[in-house]
Amino acid sequence: MSKQKRYVIVGNGVAAAGCIEGIRSVDPDGPITVVSAEPYPVYCRPLISYCLEGKASPERMNYRPADFYETNGCAVRYGEKALSLDPAGHTVSLDGGEVLPYDALCVCTGSSPFVPPMEGLDGVEKKCTFLTLDDMKTLETFLTPDAKVLIIGAGLIGLKCAEGLRDRVADIAVCDLADRVLSSILDADCAKIMQEHLERNGLRFLLGDSVERFDGNVAHFRSGKTEAFDVLVLAVGVRANLALVKDAGGETGRGVAVDTRMRTTLPDVYAAGDCAEGLDSSCGTRRVLAILPNAYAQGRTAGKNMAGGSDELTDAIPMNAIGFFGLHALTAGSYYTPEQGGEVYEERGDGKIRRLFTKDGLLTGFILIGDVERAGIYTSLIRKKQPLAELDFELLKKSPTFLAFGKEKRGHFFGGVV
Amino acid sequence: MKRVYVNEDWCLGCHLCEYNCAFANSGVSDMAKALKNKPIFPRIRVEEDGKISYAVSCRHCEDPICVRSCISGALSVKDGAVCIDRERCVGCLTCVLVCPYGAVSQNGDGVVQKCELCLQNSFGAPACVQGCPNRAIVYEERGEAE
Repeated sequence: MSKQKRYVIVGNGVAAAGCIEGIRSVDPDGPITVVSAEPYPVYCRPLISYCLEGKASPERMNYRPADFYETNGCAVRYGEKALSLDPAGHTVSLDGGEVLPYDALCVCTGSSPFVPPMEGLDGVEKKCTFLTLDDMKTLETFLTPDAKVLIIGAGLIGLKCAEGLRDRVADIAVCDLADRVLSSILDADCAKIMQEHLERNGLRFLLGDSVERFDGNVAHFRSGKTEAFDVLVLAVGVRANLALVKDAGGETGRGVAVDTRMRTTLPDVYAAGDCAEGLDSSCGTRRVLAILPNAYAQGRTAGKNMAGGSDELTDAIPMNAIGFFGLHALTAGSYYTPEQGGEVYEERGDGKIRRLFTKDGLLTGFILIGDVERAGIYTSLIRKKQPLAELDFELLKKSPTFLAFGKEKRGHFFGGVV
Repeated sequence: MKRVYVNEDWCLGCHLCEYNCAFANSGVSDMAKALKNKPIFPRIRVEEDGKISYAVSCRHCEDPICVRSCISGALSVKDGAVCIDRERCVGCLTCVLVCPYGAVSQNGDGVVQKCELCLQNSFGAPACVQGCPNRAIVYEERGEAE
């Protein structure tokens, strides 16, 4: 009998859960050690804003059942961190001094909030980032009905935080260096629609501006404006936790470089989730796709390969489903401008917009705000790189429908006679 | 496993499947009380263009991308059927964003809904199939796709 493979997973988020399930789909027995810096079993990280809002509770945020680790034969090292990696010796050193040997390692270390240097920040008493359950708990201790909150960062994290806080505090101002909200996923026109909606729901914005210094609980902006606040949320952005791999000599970009099998450039070392930079098939280059579905998919692919199976993730694309106060924005893929050889089809209505981006006869991306029904049909066209010439794209422009596919394709798609 | 399949040559475009679906999942015993003068949220939808019509509902994929993508753990597979826990759903619509069939929809309460083959309601078998007047929707075993 061959020796059992020993698996180590650094990190305990959704990518790690995917990795565990991937390993177990191939190898039912090899021991798995999970190094979990956070003192919690894997939880649904994006739910922290819903917790603030009261739509979810910390007790119900578990991503997997209570017996998940036990059922899957995992030993979890809560509250421990991996300090360094020895790729030649196949070991990971923990902050407690212990050295864990592995046959296959997956780095699922996620990302950390990026906080730019700002003068006087140390003097702000009630401040926090908003990425973890503990961040959310910290923020909750600051909340009072008459509190004024300043959120730095009008991206996905900052705005979901703002939505969660809206009914719990007196005032929320959101600032961002970018001149629009959600600049990572919305173009200027679409961002305007969302910003107006957010403003109607009570949020105030200071865009195209940045905090130069804090004077106690007053933020002084570069523009000369000032903003007094009680609570400060730092949601500027995140950076991949890639030091473990980088310090060991592995290739990194904005994240740990991985191929479609989630292999890093170090032998038997894989990476998955927000720390990894894998193929974005909508543009053909490597990108950090810091979204939960991608974390799970990458983790599972890594796990299968670590255990000796064979799996590739070739259709990962950026995509986001985000909603605020009842208005949803669903986006996916890459948005090529006419200058980049792309074409844009647009349809607008009151408080809604549909933008479809095409290039070289393929749908490469979309932004839908308001009317988002059946968006997955578009997403699937991007993932599959389905040539639009084979479809009735005129019909698809109006709405995602299988009428655009023709009878034969429908039959294939629906698994039999349609 | 048994799934719902449609035959577009036989579909009359009558939309009865939509009414039967909404009724079966309403929890109300009287069809008129459940549906009349109310917005209905069927989990099966007829697509039609005047010549062609057919119904679309969840395919209960073997490796469902909606389940893999769900951010709240609300979607899961139970005995092959993709089910939703309404208490856990936060209405983020990630499933709507990824379902290649467009078969997950909003239900008016801020959470999503999808076909659960009527296994979770009092019907016990797909109401759309039972009520189809022309056998354009069937519930049968055809092996696994792909």
